Amino acid sequence: MRKLIDKPQQPPVFQSKTVGSNKQHESAERHVTGKARYIDDLPEPAGLLHAAVSMSMAAKGKILSKDTTAIRNSEGVCDVITTDDIPGHVDIAPVFDGDPILADKQVLFHRQPWCAVLATSVNLARKAALKGTLEVESETPELDIHSAHLKQNFVRPTHAMQQGDYESAANAAEHLISGEVSIGGQEHMYLEGQIALAIPEEEDRITIYTSSQHPSEVQKLVAEVLDIKLHKVTVDMRRMGGGFGGKETQAAQWACIAAVLAMRNQRPVKLRVPRMQDMMLTGKRHPFDNSFTVATDDNGLIKATQARINGLCGHSADLSEAIVDRAMFHCDNAYYLADADIVGYRCRTDTVSHTAFRGFGGPQGMVLAEAMIEAIARKTGEDPLTIRQRNLYGGEGRNTTQYGMTIEHFNLPDLIEKLVQSSDYWQRREDIKQFNQNNLVLKKGLSLTPVKFGISFTAKHLNQAGALVHVYTDGSVQVNHGGTEMGQGLHTKIQQIAANEFGLDTDFIEVTATRTDKVPNTSPTAASSGTDINGKAVQNACLVIKQRLAEFWAEQQSGASEEVQFRDGVVSLGEAKIPFPDLVQLAYMNRVSLSSTGFYKTPKIHYDRNTGKGRPFFYFANGASVSEVTVDTLTGEYKVDRVDILHDVGASLNPAIDIGQIEGGFIQGMGWLTTEELLWDEQGRLLSNNAATYKIPAIGDTPAIFNVDLYPHPNEEDSIYHSKAVGEPPLMLAMSVWCALKDAVSSLTDYKVDPKLDPPATAEKVLKAIQQLPEEAFTCEVLGR
Amino acid sequence: MISFMLNDELVHISKIDNNCTVLEWLRENQSLCGTKEGCGSGDCGACTVVLAELNDSQNGLEYRAINSCITFLSALDGKQLITVEHLADGNALHPVQQAMVDKHGSQCGFCTPGFVMPMFSLYKTRESQEQSSPTAELNRHQIDNALSGNLCRCTGYRPIIDAALDACEAPSADKFSANSTATIENLKALPQNSGTDGLHLPDSRAALADLLVKYPQARLVAGSTDLALEVTQQYKQLPQLISTRYVPELNRIEEKEQELVIGAAVTYSKLQDKLLHYYPELEELLARLGSLPIRNQGTLGGNVANASPIGDTPPVLLALNAQLTLDNGEQQRTIPVAEFFLDYKKTTLKKGEWLSDIRIPLPQEKATTEGCLRAYKISKRFEDDISAVCAVFNITLEQGVVKSLATGFGGVAAVPAVCSALEQAVTGKAWNLDTMKQGKAILADAFTPIDDVRASAQYRKTMLVNLWQRFWLESNNQTQAELRVIQHA
Repeated sequence: MRKLIDKPQQPPVFQSKTVGSNKQHESAERHVTGKARYIDDLPEPAGLLHAAVSMSMAAKGKILSKDTTAIRNSEGVCDVITTDDIPGHVDIAPVFDGDPILADKQVLFHRQPWCAVLATSVNLARKAALKGTLEVESETPELDIHSAHLKQNFVRPTHAMQQGDYESAANAAEHLISGEVSIGGQEHMYLEGQIALAIPEEEDRITIYTSSQHPSEVQKLVAEVLDIKLHKVTVDMRRMGGGFGGKETQAAQWACIAAVLAMRNQRPVKLRVPRMQDMMLTGKRHPFDNSFTVATDDNGLIKATQARINGLCGHSADLSEAIVDRAMFHCDNAYYLADADIVGYRCRTDTVSHTAFRGFGGPQGMVLAEAMIEAIARKTGEDPLTIRQRNLYGGEGRNTTQYGMTIEHFNLPDLIEKLVQSSDYWQRREDIKQFNQNNLVLKKGLSLTPVKFGISFTAKHLNQAGALVHVYTDGSVQVNHGGTEMGQGLHTKIQQIAANEFGLDTDFIEVTATRTDKVPNTSPTAASSGTDINGKAVQNACLVIKQRLAEFWAEQQSGASEEVQFRDGVVSLGEAKIPFPDLVQLAYMNRVSLSSTGFYKTPKIHYDRNTGKGRPFFYFANGASVSEVTVDTLTGEYKVDRVDILHDVGASLNPAIDIGQIEGGFIQGMGWLTTEELLWDEQGRLLSNNAATYKIPAIGDTPAIFNVDLYPHPNEEDSIYHSKAVGEPPLMLAMSVWCALKDAVSSLTDYKVDPKLDPPATAEKVLKAIQQLPEEAFTCEVLGR
Repeated sequence: MISFMLNDELVHISKIDNNCTVLEWLRENQSLCGTKEGCGSGDCGACTVVLAELNDSQNGLEYRAINSCITFLSALDGKQLITVEHLADGNALHPVQQAMVDKHGSQCGFCTPGFVMPMFSLYKTRESQEQSSPTAELNRHQIDNALSGNLCRCTGYRPIIDAALDACEAPSADKFSANSTATIENLKALPQNSGTDGLHLPDSRAALADLLVKYPQARLVAGSTDLALEVTQQYKQLPQLISTRYVPELNRIEEKEQELVIGAAVTYSKLQDKLLHYYPELEELLARLGSLPIRNQGTLGGNVANASPIGDTPPVLLALNAQLTLDNGEQQRTIPVAEFFLDYKKTTLKKGEWLSDIRIPLPQEKATTEGCLRAYKISKRFEDDISAVCAVFNITLEQGVVKSLATGFGGVAAVPAVCSALEQAVTGKAWNLDTMKQGKAILADAFTPIDDVRASAQYRKTMLVNLWQRFWLESNNQTQAELRVIQHA
């Protein structure tokens, strides 16, 4: 640069507070005007071709032949590939083997893609893809989790966690209660479906635009399938139209297929998966079948716990090892399990391979915990809230988890007490009893459930992050980091963090698309860790630059660098003040580096899978919710009337975004536990395969009364500005809806019977729960049975 | 040729692909990528756009949200298509956009343009209502109704509801109000078109009849909310389309002394007020029939002629003893709706014949009788879901004795069905517990429904019995105790 850019005439106006403010989403105005670009909206590169996949109609069997002649002869078709045409790896599994880019020798699930078609338009590609013929020696698919378990048909070895001596403790206890709960899976239903755009560049490089939570993994897998080095592949990810875990591993396949087609043909290639295919071809939240035996004293205090946790993984491991682990880590939810014997199984079935979904197995473990509590409460006759409070962690000898981690800074008892007060729980309990006595058809239910969710990837090496921060000579700052924006407001929070560090307004901070050529070797944006780890990495990068500027300025002013302050757009040292852009220009002219990387690794964490002991989590995010429902005993239909939430995000970086995550997570969790029902037929075909048959919550499902508050308490651990992660934990707040439905059904027996109501609790299942109550247990007239 | 306005621009297209949807045209032909594809089947609303058209008196505009992914380009003829790119006035966001920003109504943002558009049509509708009744308060129910066709997977809807309340409570004039005179003139000046190669826009019975003879394989298209799925989901090609929208007989609503005549191509949104005037009991069912964008496009005639066993209106028409007029251009015949459905998706329509109108008898006030009509829908989700079971009961009582009962059921057989056994058994009986129980026994074995993705056969059977019991309770509900979890309106 020969001549510096003009400095701003007026020092910019600064908000007094960036971190902790309700700053709007960085793309909000682009969202509402339609200017925010998703991959399918990018201006099409010259010569763009479109890809589609052909799918197997059999669910399982040996592939006898693949005939693509009719596809090749279709209008507009330029190329067709099968696994024979993959230059490098055919297996694109993320951790363990078993996820072929296209079906190779075997068909592993119904509708598995086996060839990919390239054509001049999307429609021609899709139409041509229908014409492929795959001959399969068809076998009966294994779809049942119990049968897979009995046959020891597992995708990964079984893992156990033990604490104390379950057998003796259980034998010594007054009561033994057993139960089981079968938990449905969940379709992600991100509004933007899976998509990738691959553009061949010169020097044998390739650029991939992908809607992925894990650009670095896409980069690695693309390199592997192309048999080229990682440095030839650049992945760009500006924003996703929703991810929820569904684009952690499952986005890679489309990028890999597009990349192979792009390189073979030296043309840009876009592959957009239509909704129905997206639903049939990509993994979902794991269904689980869990059972328990819990030993209690006469007061319902847990003395010993045995849990058997079975995740239905589908045809391959994908991330199932860690997902079932997380279910095991969370089968205590917030309760002290005492002497415990926990075993987790990863059952293989011939369906699509299930994958990450907000909560990552944690929700399915926690549903088991709440099922135990409900069973204990109905047995003791006490209100489930009392049993919950009684069994919370805390007190002498009651603060160790089943995996040996000491619970510190446990704020749930206080948080729950505050929510009990603010939601008027006990008065409403009385009102509801009254209502139920007076209404023949409608019965209300009420429930308070807590959430304690462990924050960190349980795969330790993933708990690292990188950032790249540039300060330009006008004082503006460009930030890049390893996290991806999927709507959660990560870039907004990062912007706030960088602004806070430099004492600038957020207008000065531009967070750019996640790119593997800017920050390498990144972790997926998952495990709620996006802000925690990337925020710290960005902060560290900022600190490096600030340190250089401070030292430079201190030298100029003959002062001490540690006394230099960056605030309100001005850098000061004692009486000396200089606008930030001026200092930056001065530093540039004096050859001070204005760019830095930043790195962060989460401290304190470790877990030994051999012993099942450790401290896998840096800290816990906590919350609780109270839900009130009304059930129609004639039809099983119900309505969620009121929800009160108190949730702990530590010192909030952005309350508006955090509340948005809490509300959105709650409603998504409510959908999982209520109307979202995945159904497969006996041939392994997904029946609920589009938005017409798979029903996520609509606007009318949002409760009329929906009070959400943040629990004001900074994180005791040294997280970014003592905030707490917020992505996943609120999803599990929705357990109170499920428990309230059970409560309403249980009211028919004067709360003596714990009804069997496996989630998702559709109206049909609620009615079934009523009908299955023992005849003699009813304490009132029930019309619907 | 077809002619329409794209935002403020006049567009004439002389050669169009019949199978081209509005969404495809916007994104691929016009590079207007603000409108998104979420599902391609009218179930998520990411593709929602607004159509403005002249009102009945030709002096104002009506703004209706539709799903562009299941609307053929040909449906735009004579209208103004408004997309999300056009809402802002220069750099100033439209009030609905600004409210979405201020209330944090977007997270991933992909569904957002689709929410902004129906919110804009609510804004415009309220603006025009405000002139007639300025104090009408905007409530949650109206917002749910306006946004019933939009799914958001991120927010949980609360901030979106707040944004709609904020922006649409008291709308002020926007740039569309300022331009309305010009827009009205532009729309009036659009030519009368007859279509293109594969698309026909007949404007009379005779022309329609001729086309059906000339193109025996052609498909009739009204709202296209079902037909378009053959293109977007099954990748079929529809070479010849005949639109029903300009045939006068198909587009009228006529109130006669004894009956309400509804042209087969009249949309739900347009017939709603008239129908609910006579049968307010049907409000819940109509509010839950698809979503607002679907009701803005879909037609009663389409729902009937489609002959799906899970359509929401055939059970109603059965229980109201409606008649259908079938036409072939030369002859018209009128049949009871029950005679229309022959088998799964098979009707009594002959070659060259079409459904012309639906005739609904008007309720007859008589001093000596009282009646009760209820239409029940069971589905997994309340908004925008297809019935697992639909049950309609229409009873007339004279001094506590059943004078007549008419029924209609959906989702329990291959065709929309009635239960004659039940109707006959209770007629002449006292409307008491015994009669109700007798009815339960009959309904328990009246049908053999199937298991499918929406419900099990057993649940469907149970619902028939329990909904009958609910009907009895509601018809006798002296205490007005709450009996339903959903209370529409």
